[in-house]
Amino acid sequence: MSQSPIGRAVRYGLLAGLIAASVSAIGMVETFNERDIITGFLTLGQLLLYSTSIIAGYLAVRTKDNEQLNAGPALLNGFVAGLLTAVPVIILILLTVAFPTIRNSLVNVSPALINALTFGQGPYAGSLILAAVMAVLGLAGAAFHILPEKVEKPLFNGVMATLLVGLFSEVLINVFRPFPRQIVRIFFGTKGIQPLIAIIIFVAAVLITIWWEARGEQRFARRRASLTEEDKQRNRRITLIASAVLVLAAPWILGLYLTEVMDVVGIFIIMGLGLNIVVGFAGLLDLGYVAFFAIGAYMMGLLTSTGELGIAGMNFWMALPISVLAATTAGIILGIPVLRMRGDYLAIVTLAFGEIIRVLAASDLLKGAIGGAQGILKIGKPEILSFVFIQPQHFYYLILAGIALAWFVSSRLRDARLGRRWMALREDEDVAEAQGINLVSTKLLAFAIGASFSGLAGAIFASRLSSIFPHSFNLLISINVLCLVIVGGIGSLPGVVLGAFVLVGMPELLREFAEYRLLLYGALLILTMLVRPEGLWPSQITRRELHADAEEAAREGPQHEDIHPLVG
Amino acid sequence: MSQRLKDIDYIGLVLWIFRAFIILLVVVGIFNKIVRGYGVDYTIDDWVDFIGSGLSQGSLYALIALGYTMVYGILFMINFAHGEFFMAGGMTATVLLATPLAAAGFMNDQPILYMVIVMILSMVTAMAISLITERIAYRPLRNAPRLVPLITAIGASFFWQYFFRGLFGGTIIPFPVPEIFEGRVDILGFDFLKTRLVVMAVAIVSLLFLYGLIMRTKTGKAIRAVAEDKDVAALMGINVDRTITLTFAIGALMAGIAAVLWGLVFRQVHFFMGFVPGIKAFTAAVLGGIGSIPGAAVGGLLLGVIEAVAPPLVLEGLNVPGAHQLKDVTAFTLLILVLLFRPQGIVGEVLSEEKA
Repeated sequence: MSQSPIGRAVRYGLLAGLIAASVSAIGMVETFNERDIITGFLTLGQLLLYSTSIIAGYLAVRTKDNEQLNAGPALLNGFVAGLLTAVPVIILILLTVAFPTIRNSLVNVSPALINALTFGQGPYAGSLILAAVMAVLGLAGAAFHILPEKVEKPLFNGVMATLLVGLFSEVLINVFRPFPRQIVRIFFGTKGIQPLIAIIIFVAAVLITIWWEARGEQRFARRRASLTEEDKQRNRRITLIASAVLVLAAPWILGLYLTEVMDVVGIFIIMGLGLNIVVGFAGLLDLGYVAFFAIGAYMMGLLTSTGELGIAGMNFWMALPISVLAATTAGIILGIPVLRMRGDYLAIVTLAFGEIIRVLAASDLLKGAIGGAQGILKIGKPEILSFVFIQPQHFYYLILAGIALAWFVSSRLRDARLGRRWMALREDEDVAEAQGINLVSTKLLAFAIGASFSGLAGAIFASRLSSIFPHSFNLLISINVLCLVIVGGIGSLPGVVLGAFVLVGMPELLREFAEYRLLLYGALLILTMLVRPEGLWPSQITRRELHADAEEAAREGPQHEDIHPLVG
Repeated sequence: MSQRLKDIDYIGLVLWIFRAFIILLVVVGIFNKIVRGYGVDYTIDDWVDFIGSGLSQGSLYALIALGYTMVYGILFMINFAHGEFFMAGGMTATVLLATPLAAAGFMNDQPILYMVIVMILSMVTAMAISLITERIAYRPLRNAPRLVPLITAIGASFFWQYFFRGLFGGTIIPFPVPEIFEGRVDILGFDFLKTRLVVMAVAIVSLLFLYGLIMRTKTGKAIRAVAEDKDVAALMGINVDRTITLTFAIGALMAGIAAVLWGLVFRQVHFFMGFVPGIKAFTAAVLGGIGSIPGAAVGGLLLGVIEAVAPPLVLEGLNVPGAHQLKDVTAFTLLILVLLFRPQGIVGEVLSEEKA
């Protein structure tokens, strides 16, 4: 009994409070306050701030051995945790009273932030209100935890559905653009959803979950079981055709802005598929991946530019294979010296390579050839006969073709002998070599193919923007791509796509994220490694490996742990 | 078997050509510079200035490199976030202490005391950040595959960068330098910037102090024992977790010292200031032989001097325009060369396969 239940509540409460005070002090709460979730009721900033006390209350209910407390002490714990969450935030508020010049140091502790934290009631009354609100929310978190699962699950789904729709209401507003404004206004505010609609969504989600739990799941399973093999095949074909039509029609449904976002996501998907080969399949951590992207882009620029730096005046289609080839060659050239390095040394050396390329691109040394900091302008656009790709919609199809190609190559290679060799290499280099695998060619092929995808993405990127500058090719791109591969699920192709949508698409849609993008990436990387190392959409192999023990245990005895949706 | 031998020879050949090419570049560059007088015509004072700046820069690298080398010595992991501990200390001390003290006039009344308390805040902050990082991002993953803690370290690095950017802003923040450190002093007929001498003196004292701590005290003995063999050390009654924590703390304290000295030299701090010095300090650690404390000192000084001298000496000799822009390129190239051709570094032992 080293830790009494109330001690746990104190710990979680203060920890959550520190997080709440930190996200306030670094300006996240204020920035996110500009994004409404439910118009007039809830903003993203408030959600971020108050979710700390809800989660603290929720977690405070469990004892050290994961046993559940009785209702009385549980609610008390939640209340205490919620109340203590407010303490660091209140200290922050009082600091602004004690040191009115605090903003010179902590630039984001603005009057607007304090006003939001104190509900506009001044520091003292506001602090009390804040403490009360957070205590009640902590209580709510605890209450939520002790509810039976039958009640908890529908409520959880209802809240989540409402929040998701609210968060992405701007996207939906964009999609419903063709409808009359007055009708759209019924559903959406300028940014969030209208309160009435929020309630409807919540109730609908709750009812659907209840129905699904009670009847739907069984009925669905029964219907599935009654299908013949032929029916299944037909259903699969229909799904495939429907999703293909949807993907092809997407740019015309989504509108200009969202298509542009899709283009960016798509370019990252191509790069992610390439890095997935290097990191995911072959297990070589490459932090200089942006170098190949830059080489592809600069090659495309040099070959097709009609500006003064253009050397060939080629058209896009001729320059494309040359750019990809250049990136591939660079992949081999950079691959040779690092063949004998392992793991973390490899990561640092590739990082150094990437930095060298970036500094060189911006330096005076190559200024005559590739323009230094001024970059390359007037890069050619793709043309087919007399049709020129200008609109984001046009590039959408080009990028889609690129993704399809990269996906096809990846998935075929994964199942081929080469893929097996890569995976053997990833698992254990020495054993792989002892099995007669040629390490040199296997590693170089991974670098080369990975680099070629990146070069393809770079070439399309250059043509899409029609001008490129060295500062677009910084380390952050490598980190970005690495992040989406890891968070999506190392070695998993659908994982890359999902990762790109979550990590690249979401910050583009929620522009408030822009400033905190890398902060969230960093936190996500750590969180993924701690909680879900297989990623959001793991590959089948990883899934099997990671859960082999659990499956075995389940086969041996029925004492499997009850995994909670929030935790598991 | 013969197939593989052929491949290895081929790769070896490519590496040899690469090595010969670099050596040729360096020789030709130096020859052109000295004999033919390419590029700017520097006086002997200029060269002393280059070396002086290299040494002071190098002692900063050495201080930061200690953190890398000690953690690597114990955990065999590259603590990628170490540069951010440095940044955290520097930014916090500058914003919360140095700037207000300078504004209050305390800085020029009590310059030494000012430096000491600013440095203490910097050290404490760096240590706090390093302990939080170790606790959350490294300790739970101690038995995971080796790439996993590297990935969390990269995550931690970016997290802290943008955390401090949110906290103190993304602008360049001036670091107030006391008046008595302004100007130059004359030693043996050559001028040296006072700040550089202060930096070197503090760095040397800190390094000696640390060396004594590791070699002479019981704590140091525990650290060395854990670096040698964690399991046996645990059997001898050493608290391994505590020792690892201590190692992180000591490395971060040194980074905290380096951060204030950095402010003294460059007169500014910035949320991104930890990144490049971090990689350079890692280079220094590798150059000296990772895992070795004297190695970090030697590697740091050497890297500082090479980085300061190579662009005017070698690159200008090769007629490279804007040679000073390529300072980072020389450092990174050096890193690649060392890892390729002498991964054990200058004073380091030959690392076993498992460690390398």
